[in-house]
Amino acid sequence: MSTATSASGADKSATETSEQYLTFMLAGEEYGVDILRVQEIKGWDKVTRIPHTPDYVLGVINLRGAVVPILDLRRRFGLEAIAFGPTTVVIVMRVGSGRDERTVGVVVDAVSEVYNVETANTKPPPDVCGSVDTVFVKALATIEEKMLILLDIDRLIGNSITNELVPGVAAA
Amino acid sequence: MTLDLEMAEIAKVFFQESREGLDVMESGLLTLGTTADAESINTIFRAAHSIKGGSATFGFAEVAGFTHGVETLLDEMRNGVRAVTAEAIQTLLQSCDCLREMIAATEAELPLDQGRIASLNSDIAHILGERPQVATAPAKAPAASAEPTAAAPAAGASGWRIVFEPAADLLRLRNEPTRMFTELARLGAVVVRADASRVPLLDALDPEACYLSWDIEISGQIPRAQIDEVFDWVDSQWRAEPIPAGNSAAAVPAQLDPPPEARPVSVERSPAVAAPAAQKASPDSGSIRVATEKLDNIINLVGELLITQSMLCGFADGIDPNELDRLRQGLSQLARNTRELQESVMQIRMLPISFAFNRFPRIVHDLSRKLNKRVELKLTGENTELDKTVLEKISDPLVHLVRNALDHGLETPERRSAAGKHETGTIELGAFHEGGNIIIEVRDDGAGLNKAKILQKARERGLVAPDQELTDEQIDNLIFMPGFSTADQVSDVSGRGVGMDVVRRNINDLGGHVQISSKEGHGSTIRIRLPLTLAILDGQLVRVGKEIYIFSLLAIVETIQVSKDRVNTLVGRSEVFRLRDEYLPIVKLCDQFGIEPDSRRAEDGLLVVIESDGKRAGVLVDDLLAQQQVVIKSLESNFKPVAGVAGATILGDGTVALIIDVPDLIRSMGKLGGGEVTAHAA
Amino acid sequence: MGKKILTVDDSASMRQMVLFTLRGAGYDVVQTCDGVEALEWARQSAVDLVLTDVHMPRMDGITLVRELRALSHYKFVPMLILTTESSTEKKMDGKRAGATGWLVKPFNPPQLLATVARVI
Repeated sequence: MSTATSASGADKSATETSEQYLTFMLAGEEYGVDILRVQEIKGWDKVTRIPHTPDYVLGVINLRGAVVPILDLRRRFGLEAIAFGPTTVVIVMRVGSGRDERTVGVVVDAVSEVYNVETANTKPPPDVCGSVDTVFVKALATIEEKMLILLDIDRLIGNSITNELVPGVAAA
Repeated sequence: MTLDLEMAEIAKVFFQESREGLDVMESGLLTLGTTADAESINTIFRAAHSIKGGSATFGFAEVAGFTHGVETLLDEMRNGVRAVTAEAIQTLLQSCDCLREMIAATEAELPLDQGRIASLNSDIAHILGERPQVATAPAKAPAASAEPTAAAPAAGASGWRIVFEPAADLLRLRNEPTRMFTELARLGAVVVRADASRVPLLDALDPEACYLSWDIEISGQIPRAQIDEVFDWVDSQWRAEPIPAGNSAAAVPAQLDPPPEARPVSVERSPAVAAPAAQKASPDSGSIRVATEKLDNIINLVGELLITQSMLCGFADGIDPNELDRLRQGLSQLARNTRELQESVMQIRMLPISFAFNRFPRIVHDLSRKLNKRVELKLTGENTELDKTVLEKISDPLVHLVRNALDHGLETPERRSAAGKHETGTIELGAFHEGGNIIIEVRDDGAGLNKAKILQKARERGLVAPDQELTDEQIDNLIFMPGFSTADQVSDVSGRGVGMDVVRRNINDLGGHVQISSKEGHGSTIRIRLPLTLAILDGQLVRVGKEIYIFSLLAIVETIQVSKDRVNTLVGRSEVFRLRDEYLPIVKLCDQFGIEPDSRRAEDGLLVVIESDGKRAGVLVDDLLAQQQVVIKSLESNFKPVAGVAGATILGDGTVALIIDVPDLIRSMGKLGGGEVTAHAA
Repeated sequence: MGKKILTVDDSASMRQMVLFTLRGAGYDVVQTCDGVEALEWARQSAVDLVLTDVHMPRMDGITLVRELRALSHYKFVPMLILTTESSTEKKMDGKRAGATGWLVKPFNPPQLLATVARVI
């Protein structure tokens, strides 16, 4: 997997007025997540399915001895699901904090770059923001004439996991 | 400042020590009823004495003050001045409880329960034969200065004349006269005259003995107490008289000792005592004490593991078929090392069940008094070890079972004699290992279960069909059903009928079993089977479609293949199958978990008969795979609890397999519980 | 200073407090929680001062003092017993057994140091 490089020509590292984001593509849109949350980037591998979970919870994998759930962001956002293949990417992230800290993987179309985003260059999300519920969007940023949707990944993943598992009732 | 911090650190040791001391006191007091021997009383006294001394030293005046009363009572008992009565023992036991709370509250810096303290103080005082009055607090907080404050000598005295006639061993015992004179000299002007008249001739002289005495005059307005201080250790070997000013006859100054500080016992109820009792959570739940040998063993095994690993690394480069054998050997040795290491690690978490059993002498003692029953408690197998978490979780259920046995099982002394039994009933708590599990038994020689009454109640509640025949064992185990209680009178001890089913549920959730067997008139035995550990499971791998699942071997009764004629469809929906003389429901994991199986027909696959909470069912699987030990990984660390799934594990090929939560599966089967529908075999 | 003190007390918290205080003042401290062990150790080793609690299992402090005095190299060693304020008989018992003196509990570190300095 290609390692991300910082953009905008300069080798700036994150300062107090800027943050670094790893960006990825999902159905033509570019999203960004806080780089500090990213643990690693993997290829797609077989998952073990978990019963009584929404369709966007694909299952769990073995990540060096830890049992880590994998979520499909396309399905999560109600987008058309695509087949997984050799180019499918899983971004493994640490979300939450303290006792609620989790390691979770998300399937995306492709990983793009790492950008420094100056807070000054961001603006709050509009009410309708593409496919994503704006409650999960921290801000919008413009980099090199592209629009980045910066995700509040803690909220997104937290919500995806703790919200509504169908309690197991015998389907018989 | 450093001194205070350090003292605070050391105070923590005091708290722990006091808790242990209180345990010693409690268990000592419990056996005191039967054997009031001097050494036992002494041990209890010493524990109280230690707590008093320590609490005073570290500045916990109230604890010290309260303990003083306890200690006084114990002192009288050990000196034979006071008899050891049941009343006294009870008060002392309650005082132990109170002290435990006081220590916990002091440690957590919470207010003390003054009402309770006062009430116990008055009980103790009552026993000591005094009217409860202003208690003297002997715990003087250490004075800031070493000099005691004392009254000044009578007006007019201008000094003291001291005659010091020491015993012969003065010097040998290192009570140096020169040191005393130097200290005196700090108080005032001193004139010392030695009297050598008693010194014998050289040949009769004992070089170690002191034959001298001294006449000392010290001038100045010096309080008597300060002189006392200097000669503290040679009491009775000296005397002093004040030197009057001028020639006026001086009254002998009254020796004024510092008055004992009187502290009135506050009797008002303290308003908001921040429930120190609520702090029941053992401060130690998060840590564990480990025997050093267990750790040493692990260190050795890790060393061997490393060696084996590095040996194998050497083979990693270019495997030559000739080397294959050696590689295999190395790998099997690695497997051995790892297994042993794993067992050793599991061992660390193992604690003897005595930690749970230790509560019972006190519980049985208190309860038997309350119920006016005579009980002897016998404990066996206290050294049997089990996992710390299992131990913690089985503790409360055990308490319920023992209380139940005492309350409902054992008869009153009168009824026991009338039945030709010894007046004192017996409750036995025992533990032992059996085939990878721990078995805990609670046995009583009481009245046993009234089978007729139980059956009747069960029929009334619709739990058993009117014409249904049950074995004696099945009848006995009906008491574990929810809402079941035949107690005519709901005592506050137990008998509310919510107890036994909760006990069984808790035990099942731990992956264990419980059952009772009883003989009317003779007593009952409750047998609990628990896995030794919660982190590792002996599992049965099964395949449903493309997925692999794991069942705990403990939950599996048997695995069978059924033929079509033994399968019936009930009310057009769920299927049941006949197992000997009962019909059990079939659980289809393909439906429960939404997976595509090889076949949906029960006769095509295998039925894994599982049991939990007294109910049974058969789970349809496509194939039975290997049995192996698996390490349980929680889904909750990165995900959340999933119904029907107890956890996950990583198989040898690196894939994740889910572990079936058998109790949950059984519970979710709905009203149609397994094993309760008994149809006559057609 | 380098003077060596043997302390005997079955209470861990008291031992720690005494150890901390004495070491802090430059004394060399040897500790034990048991009178029998203390006596065994003392047979082979010498100290400049013995500090012992009174109420201990196996061997109480007063017996310990008496036994120590019987050892030739402990004949002249200053010995202090730790007593509580009201036990006059214990103090006298201690003297009779051969103690130099006593220290009354509860005491604070400065009191401990002052008393030790008196005899060591």
